[in-house]
This record gives sequence, structure tokens and C-alpha cells, in this order.
Amino acid sequence: MAVRATALSGEVSLSAAMQAAQAGDAAAYRDLLRDCVPVISAMARARGVQGAALDDVVQDTLLTVHRARATYDPARPFLPWLRAIAQRRAIDALRRKGRRPQEVHDPLAYEARADPGPLPGDDAERRARATVLAAAVAHLPDGQREAIEHIALRELSLEEASTLTGRTKGALKVNFHRGLKALRVSLSSRKEDTDV
Amino acid sequence: MSDPAAQDPSRPNPFRTNPTSRDRSTHDLVEDLARSLTPVRRLAGPGRRTLVWSGAVLTVGLLLVPMSDVSGLRARLGVPDLHWAALGAILTALAAALAAFQSSVPGRSPAWSLLPLPPLVLWLGASGLGCLRGWLAPAANLAEPEEMRGCFVFLMGVSLPLSVLLVLMLRRACPLRPNLTAALGGLAAAAAAAALLVPFHPHDATATDLLVHLVAVLLVVGLNGLFGGRLLDGTAGPRSRPGEAGL
Repeated sequence: MAVRATALSGEVSLSAAMQAAQAGDAAAYRDLLRDCVPVISAMARARGVQGAALDDVVQDTLLTVHRARATYDPARPFLPWLRAIAQRRAIDALRRKGRRPQEVHDPLAYEARADPGPLPGDDAERRARATVLAAAVAHLPDGQREAIEHIALRELSLEEASTLTGRTKGALKVNFHRGLKALRVSLSSRKEDTDV
Repeated sequence: MSDPAAQDPSRPNPFRTNPTSRDRSTHDLVEDLARSLTPVRRLAGPGRRTLVWSGAVLTVGLLLVPMSDVSGLRARLGVPDLHWAALGAILTALAAALAAFQSSVPGRSPAWSLLPLPPLVLWLGASGLGCLRGWLAPAANLAEPEEMRGCFVFLMGVSLPLSVLLVLMLRRACPLRPNLTAALGGLAAAAAAAALLVPFHPHDATATDLLVHLVAVLLVVGLNGLFGGRLLDGTAGPRSRPGEAGL
């Protein structure tokens, strides 16, 4: 319920910022675009865009948002409008990548070309890493765990995390630092164990 | 985790406010866009823009009234399938124009593109019934090849300015699927032209007649999809920064 309320207030503030941008408020527009960058990035990643192409999609989307800002209707939510643009730009990027010619007539170049796809063990390794991280986070004390989950993993702002957990921003900052330190210790000791 | 810059939570989001060199150009872009911001007038909703375009179609229709065969029209509209075909063409034009305007605004449901299908079925179905009648009653007033050519020229001649107007209006929005939007615009223009043709049509529908109409409609939709799509593509996909050409 609290998460939903935060998402709703985020949606309302984005919509208000876009409305201000339509009226020519450059500061609100700058903040809005900055807030949009991680959202666009996540949307593009969800579509399968990776690596340097991700930056291209973010920038193409920002340019399209700028070009299309007159089409935004403040009576409607902002995120579906942004998502439509980001998804279209992500699809464009994937198509561009698919069309890029690859050398097949030169045997050496063909053989030496690195396969951009994931290696067979990548998925298992990623899952193993996620499991290890989740276990390490779960072992943290409650306050630190909450701070890490909300600020680092879910990328919430301090204000949002504070509203959600009922803790002060100062407490969250302290817990965040302590949590990171504890994680660094637990993960590096685990790594040393596995390296031997 | 070990990046010291990423550990300062005093900013709203520690992972996005301390740009790495890779993010640098994105931050520059945000600054460029914010600097070049000018107030914009909000675009009217798709329904209102459809009404404006329909007003233009109506004006063309009124300009053509002195040349139409009104007494013949009254007799022809008495025939049920012609009546339904005309209604289908009008509804197709309105629905396709609304769908085109909806598809030119980001975030609107893609299901809007299906809106012209029911009236299109009515239009083509009623015209097809006219063909059946032609076979069942061979004495009906059949069209001469000369008249067919006239119909074709009329459809193309009226569709062209209506398409151009629609593409110009659509360019002001941001069609993310330019070819689909342009094809819907083409369907709207072709259906509007077919509806305007009704008062001038000197004969009943026949198979050849339907074929001529269908070819004209497909040609207009295809040309719009091809050229209109290219015209609209530049509006939604800017590849240049503010200050450079294109913005």
C-alpha cells in the first residue's frame, strides 16, 4: 500500500514537472529529464537493450520527449507516455543492431569475432551471484537491510525511502553506509574463501 | 559497491546523480535540452483534431455540391446497399482519422488502430452486395469504362489534398509508428473521397466498380504508408541535438 502511494506521488510529481516544462520552466524540465534517465534505462533493459546501445536509447528517448512534449496531456499519467517513447526507441535500437553488417567472407575475421550473446554459464553465474547477494543482504540487521534494499537495490530517493520505512533521512544514511561496509566485508571474505 | 562516489546518499539517488564518464554525454544532453526549452502550446486531443479534419472534408463536399447529381442521389440512396455503403464510407473515414490521430500521440492504446475495421467491413460488404445485385439483375444501370476512369480520377484527386492535410496535421504530433499512422491517414482520406463520390456516381455498384474503388483505396493507403510514413518519420525520431538542424 505504501509502495503504491509512493509510486502514485512520483507519477503526480512527474506529471506536474512536465506540465511546468510545457509552460517553459527549464529547472523543472532539467529535474524531470534527470529523473527520467534511470526509468528509461530500466525500460530499455527490460526490452533487451544492453551495453553502449543503452545510452543511445536513453538519449534518443530524451530527444523524442523534447520533440513530443506538446503531445503530453496532463490529465493522463506521465509514465505510460514515457514508456511508449522509450519502448519504441529500444525497438529501433535493436533493429539497427540487427541490420548492422557482419563480416562472413573473411574466415579469420569471422572466426575472431566475439559473440555478443551471453556465454553458456552466464545465466547460472548471474543467478548464483544474485543468490549470494540476496543471502548477504538478508543477514544484515533490519535497519541496514531496509536501507540497502530501498536506496541501492530499488533506487529510491532518500525522501521516498524515508516515507516508506518511517525512518529519518539521517538514520537511513547511517544505516546505508554501515550496510555497505558490512556487505563489503562479508562478500570479500566469501570471495577469498572461494578463490583458495 | 566500491565506488566511493556511489556511496554518498545525500543526493536523491546515489546511482544516478554521480555520472561516470559514460553518462557524461547524457548529462550534457539533459543540460542542452533544458537550455533550449521554449514554452509549447499543448496539442488538442485526437477527437478535436478529427473534427477539424472532418470540417475540411465537409467543406470540400460543399464546394462540390453544385456539380453533383442531387436528384439521382436521392434515388440511389433509396437502394439499401448503396445507402449502407455510403454510411460505411463516412464512418470509415471518421474512424480511420480518429485512429490516425490517436496513434500519433505516444502512450495511447494500439487498439485504436482497429477502430476503422467494423465500418470498413460495412463499407466493403455493402458494396459487395451491390455487385451481387448486378449479377442477379443484369438490366441494372452498369458503368461504362469511361465512367470508371472518371471515378478513379475523382477518388485520387480528392484523396490527395485530404491526405496532404491529414499528414500535415499528424506531423505536429509525434507518431511513433509513422507507417501505421500514415496508412490510417490514407484510409481516412480514401474513405472520405469515396463518401464524397456518392453524389457523383451515375450508376449502381458492380464488381468492376468495386474493383476500381478498391484499387484506388489501396493505392492511396499504400502511397500514404510509403511517402507519408517517411514524412512523419522525421518528426518522431530526431537524431540531432538542439542547436543543430532538426529541432
